[in-house]
Amino acid sequence: MLRQIEGSRAVAETVAACRPAVICAYPISPQTHIVEALDEIVRLGEIKNCEFVNVESEFSAMSVAIGASATGARAYTATASQGLLFMVEPLYNASGLGLPIVMTVANRAIGAPINIWNDHSDAMSQRDSGWIQLYAQDNQSASDLHMLAFRIAEEVSLPVMVCMDGFVLTHAMERIDLPEQEAVDKFLPSYVPRQILDPNDPMSIGAMVGPEAFTEVRYLGHVKQLQALELIPGIANEFEEIFGRRAAGEHDADGLVTTYRIEGAQVVLVALGSVIGTMKVVIDEMREMGSKVGVLGITSFRPFPLDAVRNALGKVPKVVVVERAFAPGIGGIVSSNVRTALSNIPVSIATAVAGLGGRPITRDSIRGIIERAFDDTLPELTFVDLDVELINRELERHREQRRSGPMAENLLRDLGSR
Amino acid sequence: MSTQLKFYQVGSFAVGNRLIDEADLPEQSRSSRANSLTSGHRACQGCGEALGARYAIDAAMAATNGKLVAVNATGCLEVFSTPYPETSWRLPWLHSLFGNAAAVATGVAAALRAQGKSDIRVVAQGGDGGTVDIGFGPLSGMFERNDDVLYICYDNEAYMNTGVQRSGATPPAARTNTTHAIGPNPGASFTQGKNLPLIAMAHGIPYVATATVADLHDLEAKVKKAMTIRGARYLHVLVPCPLGWGSRSEETIKLARLATESGLFPVFEAEDGEVTATKKIRRLVQVEEYLKPQKRFAHLFGAHGHPDLLNAIQAIADRNIAKYKLCDPIEAEADHE
Repeated sequence: MLRQIEGSRAVAETVAACRPAVICAYPISPQTHIVEALDEIVRLGEIKNCEFVNVESEFSAMSVAIGASATGARAYTATASQGLLFMVEPLYNASGLGLPIVMTVANRAIGAPINIWNDHSDAMSQRDSGWIQLYAQDNQSASDLHMLAFRIAEEVSLPVMVCMDGFVLTHAMERIDLPEQEAVDKFLPSYVPRQILDPNDPMSIGAMVGPEAFTEVRYLGHVKQLQALELIPGIANEFEEIFGRRAAGEHDADGLVTTYRIEGAQVVLVALGSVIGTMKVVIDEMREMGSKVGVLGITSFRPFPLDAVRNALGKVPKVVVVERAFAPGIGGIVSSNVRTALSNIPVSIATAVAGLGGRPITRDSIRGIIERAFDDTLPELTFVDLDVELINRELERHREQRRSGPMAENLLRDLGSR
Repeated sequence: MSTQLKFYQVGSFAVGNRLIDEADLPEQSRSSRANSLTSGHRACQGCGEALGARYAIDAAMAATNGKLVAVNATGCLEVFSTPYPETSWRLPWLHSLFGNAAAVATGVAAALRAQGKSDIRVVAQGGDGGTVDIGFGPLSGMFERNDDVLYICYDNEAYMNTGVQRSGATPPAARTNTTHAIGPNPGASFTQGKNLPLIAMAHGIPYVATATVADLHDLEAKVKKAMTIRGARYLHVLVPCPLGWGSRSEETIKLARLATESGLFPVFEAEDGEVTATKKIRRLVQVEEYLKPQKRFAHLFGAHGHPDLLNAIQAIADRNIAKYKLCDPIEAEADHE
């Protein structure tokens, strides 16, 4: 059913159609609209047999989801930013216990300095938490990926994060084809847990494991990620058969990556999330002018599709990974994964860090990155649209006096005085 | 015809007495007991927590006809009961983290409600560290939402599993490895303390009670009563720890009794935020009698002792006795003479 609808609302209605049994909610911008809508939907009785629990923190949100999932209930929550960090301990616990919880992460920066706007620092910080991570490029795929997420989570007994850009997607109104209940039921069968707290068949879950088996238990977490890698293409095809569209967007290749005009490209951008939409516009413009450029979108960042990335980029001379997060002290996060995929292949790989804390990644910025890649003037690591003079003035203040004061406030004062 | 016996008539608080009525038998003396925490676990000799958990969970099992799920915080109870690949638990049991037992239990209860299995009940259990410190936020949230969970805190008054460090439940002057008995103010500080039963009562939840392993029949009765009530319930059980307290393993029950009889650990029940029943002190003792057998208080005694600190602890006991009316007025006076 086509609706002109906010991204958050679309996700809420899709999640509702997935028939979760327990939804736990703690508000944090920008995911709040999702759980607000779910509260309304549950209270209206539109999801049968569903408990909506307002918790006192994200730590408890994930913990409630763990308890519910271990009791055999389909469990859902949503978070973002600091909230994701606050639930890190139960996050690892959920994946370690193999509980198929689905969670929306409305991607947002993490502080300090405090900032409520979009980037990928939150989800990227949890890339090694054992959760599957799927990144949505637009709100149609944000909605669709939630159905995929429940299906994958329950097939391999691992939790799944659906990452969607905070505000850029969550608060954007778009035309979305919302799924019919009957179709969702066909795609997503009832949850049959691998383990369950049941008085008729008592078992202990969460035992202490020493060196004799810890490696093996952790290794199984890796095996399940690899199983997901095998399963996702088939599940994505099944999704298409039922819903008539690709879950990760129209340029979805295999459920793992999306490709746009990479045939014969000399420069290929690699990105995750909504920025791919802007990139496609720029690529169309530049292709018109004869520049051979394309974009590879990564939908499944965990498990990381090494083969799909190698197949897409193996013959491309120049690759630029545009990242909405970075690892201080080394640089790119996604790019180091891309490098692993392209090891032993002679290709130049650059990292462009862009769009931190809500800074728009404009068409001009993207065009600039591509042009510099063609000109071989793009350094291995670059921060797009960085105000170098502002930084230099702050570094000068550091040199001038020991008590130079708080950095963020200095920069704001500096900007305000110009 | 059976004779109506009272426990003190047999000279002890023993729960297994073959002379009493079948109906009054404690759960542990019945052949039908669940053995929820069965033998073979690795608790220390004289562990109060193992004893308390065994009685509490078996009582809950009896009250729910075996339809019970337990959630456990990280801690001694979790570690000694489930070293992989063994488990002592004979009921569905879930351990997640140190600080989230209450929230996990909320999730279990929510799932059971969604599945229409509200006949299956949920207990969460943890030590004092997991309850009054790191798990306090989720516990308060569980109380505030009045989730259908019985939370049992086995309070041994410090972080024993990690090697005896101070918790928010460590009593004044007690020596731990983070409150050494050194300097002018040895041991844990004299602060307001974190009295979780009172904090639980302040949430207005339907049932709050305290108990000790000295009166296991009382503990069982409170668990059973708690299981007749829906909503958030809290049971705080004092469980001496020979390792952390520096006490003899055969004195666990005696120390728990002295904690009550000195007035330092009031045993009471509260419903909807109001105290409804108090266990009177049968033979009032000075705090010294309770403290002296414990090495964690050794620095208070002897030539280099701290009579001022002893007096301050006695004052706490006296305040408890007055506040909870733990003694009948005449008896209290007589004992003080």
